[in-house]
Amino acid sequence: MSASDVAPTPATYPAREQVKVPGGRPRPWFVLGAALVVVTLTSLSVGSYRVPLLGLFGSVLEALGLETGYRLEPMQQAVLLSIRLPRVVLGVMVGAVLATSGAALQALFRNPLVEPGLLGTSSGAALGAVTAIVLDAALSSRLGPFRLLVVPGAAFLGALSATVLAQRLGGGGGRTETARILLAGVAVSAGAGAGIGLLTQMATDAQLRTITFWTWGSLAGASWSVVVASTVPLLIALVLLLKDSRSLNLLLLGEREAWHLGVDVEKLKRRLVLAAALGVGAAVSVSGVIGFVGLLVPALLRLALGPDHRRLMGASALLGSALLVASDVLARTAAVPQELPIGALTSMLGVPVFVSLLVRGKGMS
Amino acid sequence: MSLEARGIEVWRGRGRTLGPLSLELVPGEVLAVVGPNGAGKSTLLSAFCGELSCTVGEVLLDGRPLLKWPPRERALRLGVLPQESSLGFGFTVLEVALLGRSPHATRGEGSVDMEAALASLEVMDIRHLSSRPYTSLSGGERQRVQLARVLAQLWEAPAHGHRYLLLDEPTSSLDLSHQHLVLEEATRFARQGGAVLAVLHDLNLAARYAHRIAVLKDGKLVELGAPAQVLRPDLIASTFGLQVRVVEYPDSPAPFIIPSGRAPPPA
Repeated sequence: MSASDVAPTPATYPAREQVKVPGGRPRPWFVLGAALVVVTLTSLSVGSYRVPLLGLFGSVLEALGLETGYRLEPMQQAVLLSIRLPRVVLGVMVGAVLATSGAALQALFRNPLVEPGLLGTSSGAALGAVTAIVLDAALSSRLGPFRLLVVPGAAFLGALSATVLAQRLGGGGGRTETARILLAGVAVSAGAGAGIGLLTQMATDAQLRTITFWTWGSLAGASWSVVVASTVPLLIALVLLLKDSRSLNLLLLGEREAWHLGVDVEKLKRRLVLAAALGVGAAVSVSGVIGFVGLLVPALLRLALGPDHRRLMGASALLGSALLVASDVLARTAAVPQELPIGALTSMLGVPVFVSLLVRGKGMS
Repeated sequence: MSLEARGIEVWRGRGRTLGPLSLELVPGEVLAVVGPNGAGKSTLLSAFCGELSCTVGEVLLDGRPLLKWPPRERALRLGVLPQESSLGFGFTVLEVALLGRSPHATRGEGSVDMEAALASLEVMDIRHLSSRPYTSLSGGERQRVQLARVLAQLWEAPAHGHRYLLLDEPTSSLDLSHQHLVLEEATRFARQGGAVLAVLHDLNLAARYAHRIAVLKDGKLVELGAPAQVLRPDLIASTFGLQVRVVEYPDSPAPFIIPSGRAPPPA
């Protein structure tokens, strides 16, 4: 009964070809990519001022040296380049970050009901951003070139504190109760919301957008300078979140189980919270609080693709982008000349999903 | 080469919940840990696998402090089945078993991993459920899936060193036949050069399958040895507060324990 009388299989294997899981789940990339393209083109074209797609393609081809006979009028080109395009780019990035942050936080809390909006991450970010904006007049003279970083930086700190607080209160450990997390999120959100309300009332600063912006979100503030300022944190957050897809699967098994499978759980948790706070902070500082994207998108995709994060995270980024851009189209066009709050639209889609998850998951701890 | 706890103690607040205690798990053996509720069996297992850091003493895996191992290398050698696992997301049974392969498959699962996962499902008699969602299974089926996941993790021996399998009440939700299936597999795992430590409640299962039995009471090791040597009526009475008769059947290698009633509390 000693170890020497057996010949264990060798642990080194030369060829490691990928295998498809039998009865495997569908590959979503084509469908989701196509949806995003369609939505993007629609958003570029539709609005109070129409930009014809034929002219758009014509101008693009012309720039590549191909004459087609179609091109955009100068006015159309100006609308496209300085208004529509930055707005779409921002929508794509914010949507991707909100959806993947949602999926990552759900794995972290091991609960499909968790979402940056419900957890308090978003309101924390908004409080940080509003505080920075209100204090901006006092600070800006001393900060010089770093001024651009103040608002997203403060939003990041707000998001981080709110998430850590919710994690502590909700007991983000092994077996976390839904009710506990949600109540922790409610408490954090309410506190941050009160702070935002007071600050927006007190502020006379013309820079400060209305409270609607912070509670319901909007992409109306998009411009190239906004895009440039938020691209770096948004992309860093996205890359960090996508990189950990594999470990997220193991985290769903439980923290102990993940640890025994070789995951450094404490580091992973810290990384996830930081990445989500960075992304949500940057997103909120440019677009306000747009709720339920992080709940709706992963929930729908799990139904179609299963819970494997190696598909779920990438797919969430694509569908999140498409959902946000589509919601923005609707927000801009449904009640012309007014603009609907985009967060109200995403919440209208998200709340039924939330309720159905809540009802279905009754027995779940 | 062993998994060895050297003089470990675990303190919670001002009280000592485990130890001082030394115990060595040797490749080739099945070691059963038994004891009444609250004796510290699960604490022992948690300390043994590094989940709980010991207040005093240390645990060595193949001669090296457990927590000094790189996580992935450790995961290739040491697999743990917790007492209960809550997995609320709808992975299929096969996907759960494949998760056990992640220390091996750092770049995505290959055919080796698929074979190991399917074989471990086969061994646990749940391969026919491969494509069912985990969440739709019964408690006993879930327990076997989790065990298959750990078996898949330790399916092949590492290039150097041995495999250690720690099971916390692996039979708690299983029907009679699957209880024996699980312990037969544990024995087979040991025969192939692995080592198994299993926390068990059923003394007869322990007697039948374990090479050694460790009896734990109030956080201390009160007895350690071969089943026939450990499972004495006096020891069982003093540890479990249960009066038993120990019977030997001619065709059975292990003693058999028949409870006859609760023992009077010690005077």
